[in-house]
Amino acid sequence: MSVDSRFLMLPETGNRMRFTLDDKPVTAPVGVTLAAALLAHSGDWTRQTAQGTSRTAFCMMGVCFDCLVEVDGTPNTQACMTPLREGMIVRRQVGLPALKGGQNG
Amino acid sequence: MADVDLIIIGAGPAGMSAAAVAARDGIRVLILDEQPQPGGQIYRNVAQNRGNRSWLGQSYAAGACLVDALKHPGITIQSGATVWRLDKGPFVTWSRGGISQTTSAAHVLLATGAQERPVPFPGWTLPGVMPAGAAQILMKTAGLLPKNAVLAGSGPLLYLIAAQMIDAGSAPQALVETQTPRQMLRALSHLPRAMFGAPTLLKGLTLIAKIRAAGVPRYTAASDFRASAEANGDIGFRFRVKGRDRSLTCGLLLTHQGVIPGTHITRAAGIPHQWNAAQGAFQPEHDLWGATDQPSLHVAGDSSGIGGADAAAAAGELAALNILCQTGHHSTETRDQRAARARAALFRARAIRPFLDTAYPPPAEILTPSDDTIVCRCEEVSAGAIRHAIREGAQGHRQIKTSLRCGMGPCQGRMCDATLRGLLSAEATTNRAISPPRARTPIKPIALGELAALSPLQEETT
Amino acid sequence: MQQRTPEITIVGGGIVGLSVALGLLLAGSRVRVLDGADSDARASQGNFGLVWGQGKGWNFAPYANWTMDALDAWPSFAQKLQELSGINVALVQSGGYEFFTDPTEMECFKAELDQQAGYLGRRASYEMLNGDDLRSQLPDVGAKVVGASFSPRDGHVNPLRFLRALRCAVQAMGGRVTMGATVAAITPQPGGGFALARADGEVTHTEQVVLCAGLGATTLARNLGFITQVKPQLGELLITEKLGSRLPFLSSTIRQVDEGGVQIGGTKADAGFDDHESLAAIAGLARHAVTVFPALADVRVIRAWGALRVMSPDGYPVYAKSAAHPGAFLVTCHSGVTLAPLHASVLAHWILNTSPTPDLEAFDECRFALSHAA
Repeated sequence: MSVDSRFLMLPETGNRMRFTLDDKPVTAPVGVTLAAALLAHSGDWTRQTAQGTSRTAFCMMGVCFDCLVEVDGTPNTQACMTPLREGMIVRRQVGLPALKGGQNG
Repeated sequence: MADVDLIIIGAGPAGMSAAAVAARDGIRVLILDEQPQPGGQIYRNVAQNRGNRSWLGQSYAAGACLVDALKHPGITIQSGATVWRLDKGPFVTWSRGGISQTTSAAHVLLATGAQERPVPFPGWTLPGVMPAGAAQILMKTAGLLPKNAVLAGSGPLLYLIAAQMIDAGSAPQALVETQTPRQMLRALSHLPRAMFGAPTLLKGLTLIAKIRAAGVPRYTAASDFRASAEANGDIGFRFRVKGRDRSLTCGLLLTHQGVIPGTHITRAAGIPHQWNAAQGAFQPEHDLWGATDQPSLHVAGDSSGIGGADAAAAAGELAALNILCQTGHHSTETRDQRAARARAALFRARAIRPFLDTAYPPPAEILTPSDDTIVCRCEEVSAGAIRHAIREGAQGHRQIKTSLRCGMGPCQGRMCDATLRGLLSAEATTNRAISPPRARTPIKPIALGELAALSPLQEETT
Repeated sequence: MQQRTPEITIVGGGIVGLSVALGLLLAGSRVRVLDGADSDARASQGNFGLVWGQGKGWNFAPYANWTMDALDAWPSFAQKLQELSGINVALVQSGGYEFFTDPTEMECFKAELDQQAGYLGRRASYEMLNGDDLRSQLPDVGAKVVGASFSPRDGHVNPLRFLRALRCAVQAMGGRVTMGATVAAITPQPGGGFALARADGEVTHTEQVVLCAGLGATTLARNLGFITQVKPQLGELLITEKLGSRLPFLSSTIRQVDEGGVQIGGTKADAGFDDHESLAAIAGLARHAVTVFPALADVRVIRAWGALRVMSPDGYPVYAKSAAHPGAFLVTCHSGVTLAPLHASVLAHWILNTSPTPDLEAFDECRFALSHAA
């Protein structure tokens, strides 16, 4: 991802957690939500809508559903309502998520 | 017999103060709150920030005592719990950790708070454009400071956030405000009443002074917001001031136009709602105690009409006293007597609202955005498409929704209902009242498997 | 100069009313549609969008054949709608299943299909599949499903887009659609024709009136001398978030809208005019969905709702001409989506009494006369 984070992380002491975003390792402070971790990491999109427009976490309080990402294989997870956990496997979503057993296209 | 005496939905100032009073006076309380820690959005993470992040200010830190008061044997708090249905009884069905259950209560207090009013303009869906309150949540919960940000919109929260950013060492690049001198002039007539809330007014003036001292440029009476993405991901923000086009380039464009009650749960519960013209929002009808027309359902705090944190805490206390009276723990005399302090606090806290509502109204351009503005973020429906449907004859929220899918996405209308109301109202050819949109189950999306796993026993309670 | 009164007024701007309006316009009539309030019952905004034949009219031959005629007429009707409205209603007629978890229920349904096939003769086509056959076609169908019936004729449309397409088509044909125009009373005029008094006080005159207002037509119909008493039947439904892949089947209770959401429905209850969704019913729908297709368990429900079906006493359509007040018609039915192509063609000729005048005697309301008298 090319866009720098739009936020400054305060130099607060504290441990960090590791997770992966689209297979790349990322770290973030312990105790934050996944959405905060993603915003601290990059200023780029985390989701593309069915019509192909870019979105990222927006309301930070669970009402707008723009922060949907795939977490440990579960798509459409609200990143702003998900506490970051060590080793989380996170993927950005492009378009609508598929269904296991569904047909492509 | 009910599982608990009182379920409080929402652990913001209203819910927390109600819980403390109710438990103190002898009833068992279950608090269901969606966030990971109690505090609501205003006091988000307040207990965890004790002694840290002092730049969030005194009035924020003061919220910690409300959280402390929850440490009472009569109070159980379930954080990360999403209520998705309310049945007569009352029965509350809620989800936590992927499992749903139904809990019965003698009384339910709905204190679900507010959300920021959606601020639609061309480009508001771009990464890099965000509600100012959302950025403040990141400041409170993650110590993330907006970098090279522009604050745009109107209202006291904009000043508070600017001051917090200044104190934390990341001053905003500029404040672009939409309120006009005429609105401020009109608001002056409410100033005498607002003097009952003088400390709040004073605090506002202090914030503005701080912004000035920090040398942050302020534009007022700004209009015609438009954002676009630059090649490097920056936001190009264009607007008009005094007939001149202006543009600023920023990393973050933080917008704010006040807050509106979150009414999904009160609408789904069947409580009648009225249009609050001064605040430009629907709110559930309730009496001085927060009692509604539904037996055993009270409301308190910003979800019942915007009043701010102090008003919410007072209203929570009043609702708790009324519930204690209904459960036989207090006589009406005791209730009235104990209510005196909260009543006075509520009066003081609300005294400033007419001034604020008049001075910082949401501008027409966000209530009735330009045709090329996305209104429904989920389904990507533009204002132009909505205007077209209204001209085709659509009468209300439901017809717009069914013809355009506006409001049918996962946010369930939270991001577009207010704008849709604005467009319906502006385009109406008759002065027929516009009903609030209907809210259905689930109040927040829930997995089919989780719904399927609800045990039949629990269903029978309905 | 006095404006000419519209010749035919349709009361009700739902799927049935707009289909009839379109048929009349295509036949050359001048048509006006009066539609009610946003808060009305509106079966047309809460339905399932099936274009369905399985089991329809299993004990009433005219309905079995009428439904089959409708299925035949759908492809060209959808095309016509697209030409007139510019809207693709996403018609798919590639077959539909009825899933069973109870062998006895499946046997009963097979008997009904056999009887329906007896009426349809060579037009009938369905097959019964046991669990293994079914899972060889659809490997991800749940183990508790004991079998299914399948008809290659069944299909569906996007019901909300269909409603909009109908309205746009009617407008494109010159029909006037007025929304928010609740009709409070219809008074036959001495010299013929009718005066329509609207709830907002406006009165308009019309030469002919067709009542298509579903549950809202009850009082108006009675006052014009019709004896049919329609009743609401509550159906509850769920819709999920949109999926980017296609559900590999269509069934009468689980379908994927072309936009991606999965709709689950099929409950039937007598709840009067209460259209609230109940916890028991929606949990039951969810159980049904994950039983039939376990992969759906992770998909989130965005909304549940109740909608009121418009049911005549025997469940079959009613097409009635008023004997007392010539020029007044009652058209009411469940399955307004399936039957729409006929309402937009054959039924118009029946209303206009133009050739070839169809024989719709079987659907007259005289079939209720005995029970009405009793």
